[in-house]
Amino acid sequence: MGDHITEIVVFTLLFLLVSGMGFVAARWRAPKDMEHLDEWGLGGRSFGGWITWFLIGGDLYTAYTFVAVPALIFGAGAAGFFAVPYTIIIYPLFFLILIRLWSVSHRHGFVTPADFVRTRFDSPTLALLVAITGIVATMPYIALQLIGIEAVLKTMGVTGDSLLARHAPIIIAFAILAAYTYQSGLRAPALIAFVKDTLIYIVILVAVIYLPYKLGGWGTIFDAAEAKFNASPNPNDGITLNANNQLQYVTLALGSALALFLYPHSITGVLAGKNRNVIKRNMSALPAYSFLLGLLALLGYAAIASGVKPLPGATEGTVDSNTVVPLLFDMQFPAWFAGVAFAAIGIGALVPAAIMSIAAANLFTRNIYKEYLRKDATHAQEARVSKITSLVVKVGAVACIVFLDPQFSIDLQLIGGIIILQTAPAVALGLFTRWLHRGGLIAGWVVGMALSMWMLWQIPNPANGKAHFGGSAFPLADFGFDTKRTIYVGFVTVLVNLLVAIIATVILRAMKSPEGVDGTTRDDYYADEGDPRIDKDVAATVDHQSST
Amino acid sequence: MADPETPKAVPAPRSDRSPWNWLLLIPIVLPVLTPLFNRDDPRLWGFPAFYWIQFLFILVGVATTTIVYRSTRK
Repeated sequence: MGDHITEIVVFTLLFLLVSGMGFVAARWRAPKDMEHLDEWGLGGRSFGGWITWFLIGGDLYTAYTFVAVPALIFGAGAAGFFAVPYTIIIYPLFFLILIRLWSVSHRHGFVTPADFVRTRFDSPTLALLVAITGIVATMPYIALQLIGIEAVLKTMGVTGDSLLARHAPIIIAFAILAAYTYQSGLRAPALIAFVKDTLIYIVILVAVIYLPYKLGGWGTIFDAAEAKFNASPNPNDGITLNANNQLQYVTLALGSALALFLYPHSITGVLAGKNRNVIKRNMSALPAYSFLLGLLALLGYAAIASGVKPLPGATEGTVDSNTVVPLLFDMQFPAWFAGVAFAAIGIGALVPAAIMSIAAANLFTRNIYKEYLRKDATHAQEARVSKITSLVVKVGAVACIVFLDPQFSIDLQLIGGIIILQTAPAVALGLFTRWLHRGGLIAGWVVGMALSMWMLWQIPNPANGKAHFGGSAFPLADFGFDTKRTIYVGFVTVLVNLLVAIIATVILRAMKSPEGVDGTTRDDYYADEGDPRIDKDVAATVDHQSST
Repeated sequence: MADPETPKAVPAPRSDRSPWNWLLLIPIVLPVLTPLFNRDDPRLWGFPAFYWIQFLFILVGVATTTIVYRSTRK
């Protein structure tokens, strides 16, 4: 551990700095009354363009992304670059969707996507399914942020032999995070995101200029990667795609793009914006992070060129490929700058972890607690329940990492991306049309979920000898097609989900099954800053007009 | 519906409709067409075509969303 002292000191100082900021954040843009979910959980719905850019950027491009994507490139090559088309497609795809979601939420005071579904389709059951899907998909994502921190700690030699000693730094880090999130709510990650993203931008810019200079230029780096992949027995690696993994590449990019803004934590970031223009402007400003992610991904190749050997994994005989980028920094940068880089990744884990726990807590409070446990909860009670739930969520995430094989969280996160897609027909399509019947949406969700689980169960991972849940690339041969091509599970299942929803809608309509009352009007989807909020009880009695 | 004789009394219903929105399809479709960019040559500053072309698509995405935002701003 001795030779890492400088790194550890720099890391710790920066970590303490942001922790201090996290506590002070409660007084930043101070609210009149923090005991309200709009304040604690959405930062007062008041963030302008810059804050939103840092907040959503810090929210979507997580520490795990920053270690896992280059690790994927390091291991498989071009297939891991899907993160770039993925993060290109997101913004034009959601441009028109998110402004409608923002408007209707502004008008009705919605805090979660399930709130919207509840009012739009008049179905507590469908809203509950959306809420549970959101919570289940988010939980392992929080645990994965810990894996990001752990990769850095491991590289700095901060490990121990006993269970407690090995995890003590993470437990302390998360305890501090939990405390300031409890106190400051969404303001804490919003303020910390400034530091996190600034550090990340500096580190990446330095890395993509300095490393090729040291390693003989990008051409040499790509050639080294090509040589490694040519020598490997895996037919699907290489610095370009082959005939069999192109369909997977494209469907994974599309499916992941569609999933990202369905995640509750992304929606939390969007709803915290103060008006429609903030959202629109960010759709063209956020790709700056995609550029960064693309450059960072290529550091996986730089790691190949500089001969990085990943550290051993949690179980005997495996390697932890997430340590690839931290090891590269450790090897190539002077100690103090490696410390800054590690802090960037470590702090990078705190911002999304805080927002995710707030989003999961809001879902529980609004769509389970208020809907089923205490219908007459006041705003102050809602805020209090959400604060406590955010603590519980973080304890759960730490427990996942300490007591379970980290691989379990990775598997769950893989599943999470696919199950959150199953809410697309209700949440994303629901913003445009109410044609789909609430019963049809429930049927589609059930079939989509079941099919997702079955397909994921079928996929082995030869690399680590697992028979099930080995990845998201489903061999089309398993459907009976005579081909070696693979396709992204979520892409198939969300289409099946939609098909079932359509068929069930036609049947339910023929049976004259009641469709409930739409609590929103056409104009709600265009409301902007300054338009008055509708009181929920009044809205239920006004004349309804479908916005289809 | 608004009475056509008194257009000032009832403001026109708000809408996000605009022909400019079609531009948003470009950055969604381009990255999906792998045959366009799935090759090594020509390289740019050492980057194989596969990589620099996709970086270029990021700029296409920024350009189209910016144009749509500016031309639909009220």
